[in-house]
Amino acid sequence: MPGDLREGRIVIVGASLAGLRAAETLREKGFTGTLTVVGDEPRPPYDRPPLSKQVLLGKAAANATELPTRWDPDAEWRLGVRATGLDPIGKRVLLADGESLPFDRLLIATGTRARPWPNPQEAALDGVFTLRTCDDAGRLADRLAAGPRRVLVIGAGFTGSEIASACRERGIEVTVAERGPAPLVGALGGTLSRLAAGMQRAHGVDLRCGVTVTALRGNGRFTGADLSDGSRIDADVCVVAMGAVRNVEWLADAGLAAGPQGVACDAGCRAFNMYGIVTDDVFVAGDVSRFPHPLFDYQMLSLEHWGNAVAQAEVAAHNMVSPGPLRRPHLAVPVFWSSQFGFNIKSVGVPTFSDQVVIAQGSLAARRLVAVYGYRGRITAAVTVNMAKWLEYYQRLIETAAPFPPGPGAADGHPLVTEFPIPSDVPDPKGLSHGPTVALTGHLPDRRLTVVRRAC
Amino acid sequence: MRIVVDLTRCQAYAQCVFLAPEMFELHGEEALLYRPDVPDEQLERVRQAAAACPVQAILVGEAVSACAG
Amino acid sequence: MAVDTLLERINDYASRPDPYPLYAELREVGVARQTDGSYLVGGYYDIAALFHDPRLSSDRRNRAAEFAAPMPQQPSFIQLDDPEHHRLRGLATRPFGPPHSPGRVDAMRGEITGITDQLIASLQGRTRIDIVDDFAYPLPVTVICRLLGVPRDDEPVFHTWATTIIDSLDLTSGADHDERTRAADRAREEMGRYLVGLAEQRRGRPGDDMLSAFINAPKPAALTHDELAATAVLLLIAGHETTVNLITNGVLTLLRHPDQLDLLRREPALLPGAVEELLRYEPPVQLLPQRTPLTDLEVADTTIPKGVPVVLVLASGNRDPKRFRDPDRFDPTRPDNQHLGFGSGIHICYGAPLARIEAQIALGALIPRLGTATLVEDPPPYRHSPVLRGPRHLPIELSPSRG
Ligand SMILES: Cc1cc2nc3c(=O)[nH]c(=O)nc-3n(C[C@H](O)[C@H](O)[C@H](O)COP(=O)(O)OP(=O)(O)OC[C@H]3O[C@@H](n4cnc5c(N)ncnc54)[C@H](O)[C@@H]3O)c2cc1C
Ligand code: HEM
Repeated sequence: MPGDLREGRIVIVGASLAGLRAAETLREKGFTGTLTVVGDEPRPPYDRPPLSKQVLLGKAAANATELPTRWDPDAEWRLGVRATGLDPIGKRVLLADGESLPFDRLLIATGTRARPWPNPQEAALDGVFTLRTCDDAGRLADRLAAGPRRVLVIGAGFTGSEIASACRERGIEVTVAERGPAPLVGALGGTLSRLAAGMQRAHGVDLRCGVTVTALRGNGRFTGADLSDGSRIDADVCVVAMGAVRNVEWLADAGLAAGPQGVACDAGCRAFNMYGIVTDDVFVAGDVSRFPHPLFDYQMLSLEHWGNAVAQAEVAAHNMVSPGPLRRPHLAVPVFWSSQFGFNIKSVGVPTFSDQVVIAQGSLAARRLVAVYGYRGRITAAVTVNMAKWLEYYQRLIETAAPFPPGPGAADGHPLVTEFPIPSDVPDPKGLSHGPTVALTGHLPDRRLTVVRRAC
Repeated sequence: MRIVVDLTRCQAYAQCVFLAPEMFELHGEEALLYRPDVPDEQLERVRQAAAACPVQAILVGEAVSACAG
Repeated sequence: MAVDTLLERINDYASRPDPYPLYAELREVGVARQTDGSYLVGGYYDIAALFHDPRLSSDRRNRAAEFAAPMPQQPSFIQLDDPEHHRLRGLATRPFGPPHSPGRVDAMRGEITGITDQLIASLQGRTRIDIVDDFAYPLPVTVICRLLGVPRDDEPVFHTWATTIIDSLDLTSGADHDERTRAADRAREEMGRYLVGLAEQRRGRPGDDMLSAFINAPKPAALTHDELAATAVLLLIAGHETTVNLITNGVLTLLRHPDQLDLLRREPALLPGAVEELLRYEPPVQLLPQRTPLTDLEVADTTIPKGVPVVLVLASGNRDPKRFRDPDRFDPTRPDNQHLGFGSGIHICYGAPLARIEAQIALGALIPRLGTATLVEDPPPYRHSPVLRGPRHLPIELSPSRG
């Protein structure tokens, strides 16, 4: 098949952000063939970030976040149907309803799901939630509206922290339990995690760090939890926010380099097979992907970032219908935002890819700052707290591998050179309750070649 | 009609909040919250907000379920 | 011709009607050092990057000795850096915009429409009008007066001060310029005293205007007397010497592009985009002469030394073909129009939402009446300032049959 595909059949598996943006881009690039989008959720693509923000605050309905299209992607939507397998030789996607869809090109955009509480009986207690889908958010928002006495949030990553923030804003008591030393430490390192801890406590969160939840209690209904320090929390709602699991089980027999870290692909979004050989008709985008990035020593990145899903989907779609020489690499620097406790946190680059950090503008005391991260003498990331207008500058420094620490001359009377860089203090993610939303996963496409088996 | 704001681009200039305060809100100094579903009577304001956004981060469009396809 | 005289040529009054070829010349080199030691920056991407560069200061006190320029005792926040800028702009925003007063500007739509309708009604039956004096000037002045709580009848008084201050915003140096600067400082002081006086009258008896809000703010959110004076002067001047140019440039541009005028008459929904395009195509604030690097800066392969005046030529960036396709074309339907008309970064225009609403309502009301209108003079006579550039008058001929 020649590289530029104008007609023919394209199948996208995963009908969410990456799937939708890819579908639109395919049409924009002139693809006129048949386009089928398969999604196991029964509803059209919707936006997830508001689920832990506007929706939990009661400012938007859970089912109101359906995504707008830039133009009609003119696709056949197979919603409420799970893809159960991929036949790479017959070039077909197998569906749970027994049908199979032939394709000339396939895009894998199956994203992630919430990591469930490991004990299924406890997880099934009424009042125990995870938050990934619109239905999850609807149910949780209803519970919060009913005015629970206390909510227990397990895991102080971005999602857990946002949930805690929404609870406090609604006047609900909340306990956050985190195995690591502080909230967000897996994403932002030590310095900013201490700011995050301060923010939580200042807003009345009962924050317990360095503890694990050993059991969820209840008889049909969730009533509380036991912590590893021997203490006990009485609560009537529990939100398990322990990170995400990549939706790769359906690819178990596809022969791809797919594992717990995602589906490995090259810079052009083409999937690797299990031998590390790049395929030419199977592409990957969004949260389910792992891709190499030149700014981070060509390590494979796994990102759970909205912006990456959009950017990568656009590149993947472009490459799916373009001949080799016109294909583009996905080189976008990772960007992320979170809003919690009235703060806007934005990050660019990979803060965990660092050995040092410096406050370049603002200050911890003022609760507005720019933190710049360095690795072996070059700038690899920056995080702003309520100073988003400066982030662009640091993004450019990251893109050009500028030396760390950044030079002197910040315009806020804050000479950089006097501020000593300190260790960025990034812990091993294994010791955390929250999964970092950005992970460096080594160089090898097949390194995580654990054979995954279908859950059921 | 629906909106989605690309908050990776957003730099909190808040032009949208000024122009369509029923739809957009600043939470603290910078964090933007918005109503994703646009009632008809807000559409004109939302379009003004989208045009005014200094980083062109606001996408206004039909929901997928409203598309012909 | 050497680029190092560009600034002089931009400043030359003869360039006022069409400075754009000079900007094109600037973009050829990207950054141009001037004979007076200042640097002009003209490329879109360079200007956009500098707006977010913490090494570029808005505070003239960071200038090297040979470029030292007098600064008022209490500078206004447009002349300050973080964190002072952030504090003062935040306090000034409390009664004006989010997060404390998110609906304030939106709530003025009705009032702005009312003022516009009155002005339109006063044009009824006339065949020759001056867009500036009859419409584009009185509208924003009335609006900013109501917003701040300044009696509209005092306009002749503060207009003289405003003109003196604006006239000092040229780009020359020398004795002439110093005299203008001193006159401007005196005007600023008098205007400040006048505005603080008005505010004092409302202490304890607040109206719904911003001066009332400022003077009655609870302690931690209160501006000092000097800060109040500097802020109020800034708002009154910025609020009425810029929007006039946007509306006037709008009428001028539309009359020069009858096809686009026609399009907007048929599709008024395009108006918000058209206003953005005007801000790109004929920006009322053409350049920003305030900036100073705190350290040597590399811009477009040139090192701009610490402490020298840096001029960001917004109107040049807005016409940069590297950023905008067909940049010299006026296209109200232009997609992805991230123009520099209001600046960017932390100093982005405070009054932008107000200016946008005023321009949309004003042009929306004028457009249906411009169908048979003709320009009496093209180009029209311009005002003195190359910074806040716009026609002094814009006489047009209306056909009597239309209103
Ligand atoms: C509560 C919450 C808050 C967030 N907040 C932020 C934020 O503030 N900032 C930020 O940058 N990011 C945020 N994110 C992350 C962001 O939403 C994701 O990065 C984004 O949704 C990724 O899009 P995607 O299309 O790759 O994957 P997903 O959105 O996960 O979509 C994958 C889709 O594929 C479907 N699927 C899976 N397996 C199959 C199968 N076998 N067959 C058919 N369909 C299948 C799934 O059901 C799902 O609908 C947040 C996420 C959540 C859940
Ligand atoms: C079309 C009309 C207008 C244009 C083109 C315009 C343009 C600009 C520009 C380019 C700046 C940036 C200055 C810099 O970076 O140094 C600015 C700042 C500013 N403008 Fe406007 N402006 C307009 C109308 C208004 C109005 C109506 C007001 C007041 C109500 C206003 C108040 C201000 C203030 C206070 C600042 C300083 C902001 C700061 O330093 O943080 N402007 N304007």
